[in-house]
Amino acid sequence: MSILVDKDTKLVISGLTGREGTFHGLNNLNYGTQVVAGVTPGKGGQKVESIPVFNTAHDAVAETGANTSMIFVPPRFAADAILEAADAGIALVICITEGIPAHDMMRVYVHLKRGDTRLVGPNCPGILSPGKANVGIIPAHFFSEGNVGLVSRSGTLTYQIGNEIAQQGFGNSTIVGIGGDPIVGSSFIDVISKFETDPETELIVMCGEIGGDEEERTADYIAERVTKPVIAYIAGFTAPPGKTMGHAGAIVSGTSGTAAAKAEALEAKGVKVGKTPTEVSDLAVKTLRG
Amino acid sequence: MDLLEYQGKQLFAKHGVPVPDGKPARTVEEAVAAGEEIGYPVVVKAQVLIGGRGKAGGIKLAKDRAEVEQHAEAILGMDIRGFTVFELWIEQASDIAEEYYAAILLDRSAKLPMAMLSRMGGMDVEAIAEKDPNAIVRVHIDPLIGFQDFHGRRLAFEAGIAEDVIRPVGALLAKLYETWIAEDASLVEVNPLLITGSREVVALDAKVTIDGNALYRHPETAELRQPGGEDEQEQMAAERGLTYVKLDGNIGILGNGAGLVMSTLDVVAQAGGEPANFLDAGGGSKAEAIVDAVEVILSNPKVTAVLFNIFGGITRCDEVANGLVTAFGQIDVKVPFVVRLDGTNDEQGRTILAEAALDGVHVEKTMLGAAAKVVELAG
Repeated sequence: MSILVDKDTKLVISGLTGREGTFHGLNNLNYGTQVVAGVTPGKGGQKVESIPVFNTAHDAVAETGANTSMIFVPPRFAADAILEAADAGIALVICITEGIPAHDMMRVYVHLKRGDTRLVGPNCPGILSPGKANVGIIPAHFFSEGNVGLVSRSGTLTYQIGNEIAQQGFGNSTIVGIGGDPIVGSSFIDVISKFETDPETELIVMCGEIGGDEEERTADYIAERVTKPVIAYIAGFTAPPGKTMGHAGAIVSGTSGTAAAKAEALEAKGVKVGKTPTEVSDLAVKTLRG
Repeated sequence: MDLLEYQGKQLFAKHGVPVPDGKPARTVEEAVAAGEEIGYPVVVKAQVLIGGRGKAGGIKLAKDRAEVEQHAEAILGMDIRGFTVFELWIEQASDIAEEYYAAILLDRSAKLPMAMLSRMGGMDVEAIAEKDPNAIVRVHIDPLIGFQDFHGRRLAFEAGIAEDVIRPVGALLAKLYETWIAEDASLVEVNPLLITGSREVVALDAKVTIDGNALYRHPETAELRQPGGEDEQEQMAAERGLTYVKLDGNIGILGNGAGLVMSTLDVVAQAGGEPANFLDAGGGSKAEAIVDAVEVILSNPKVTAVLFNIFGGITRCDEVANGLVTAFGQIDVKVPFVVRLDGTNDEQGRTILAEAALDGVHVEKTMLGAAAKVVELAG
């Protein structure tokens, strides 16, 4: 098992014909993901290697039965592409695009909450279920099938921690990048609740960072609802207040959103917090080996 | 992007939020001319992106031409908590009967716009919250419906403001929300929101932050530049499309990916070092980006050692190594570098560095080992 993406994922990619879209779309296809369609208005009827391109998400769904969408279009078109995918009946939309205006995401978020479409991202590296499907830009060659569920606000930091765990012989059920923006479609809680019910996942690793209060709320949720062990990492202890640290959502506002507060909240609820990526990996491996 | 008070007030005026009459001035002559045109008394206000202007002597009342001249002279060029005053706002003086607080912001937790109102204005919002947490009323707005009259009534009644201004304050809040939406703001704050002796409602201050990701929709705002508002290295990095934040220490840092760079800063601090900067060379760091990044990091004179922490995903370590070799060929590097390459093509990357045998470059395999080494070399 795994969560969110697997062998049944039928992927349609908005922006498949762009340079990055083609590169990563074909990477996903070569990994074994069922990439069934692309959407680029005006390029319907063309193909990217074997993948047919449609003018609208609705055409793509009607013709191919796509159930998952990946958004790879520039920021100013991304909100529209997410809404189009949802309107076409896609159940899961994964948005890689970085730099979408916050007001756009606020409207998209409120609209999607009233329907059945789940959004992951934006500003995320995507989702990888090793051996089953790769949707996004996560470099799959570091990861193998296994029982560690990994969820993170950051891309490379996830690879760093995931790779340290992999080098000690453990694989992953699924790796989910939830994104570094102030408003993202799925929270730590949304993803951890899925890991909790996934039979393959035995241990959950979450990588948080400064900004917002997601980690604090996740700590409460873990204490109340999660039976599997959770190991956490928080980045940004040295970040000064008021400065955006790369990710639009990574900012300490006044005294709220600090790394120290997040680590304390998690530890107070019994979640082990590693001080370095290596310590997180060591804690995870120790727990797995019992 | 943070706006100066007067830039925020100009946006307010554009959307019908009442503000006092005023004019910007960059010289004493312009300040005097503005005073003459507006009519005395006026207030001479320093325009800097930092709070506490009044306490620092950056806001002064002027009864006549001579006082405007005297205050403008004193305030222009003044240093307010590290910010130099390059601009003034000369504003019609207002008579103050009551001071409230109002703001619209994005509540990240609820993922909704939130309007705030308090009858205890004039002090900052944290101070209000500390004095009386119940004195701040918060109401979420559904962005698909927008600000309704009832939102204004709820805020006004629950905040307990004077009854005779409930309607005009509600109307001002609606206009403030309109400004927030139309300008893609992440924050609009009015403190104080003033009730004058003649019971008029006026925004006496304006703190506005615009979402940088939305600036393409607001070309006029994007062109507003605050002289001296940006750090030299940060400006240089922005021109080269690099994500850079200046810090206080002496260890220059480069990494790929925001999370990994934040983590690198933390690990260096844990090893007893002090990072000089945050620099994310991006997910697909190419050789040219590395050259640019090295130039920006080394332009900070405090830097005594540099750490490159790369985990190659899409980024290929051989490209980063080639970029570093190119950078050393173009720049006269006088400080030691510690380079940690892991992930995609890491062995090729390390081979390139070994063959180039660059002076003062130390290669480490792990992130922790690299952090310890750079702290040792930084002195």
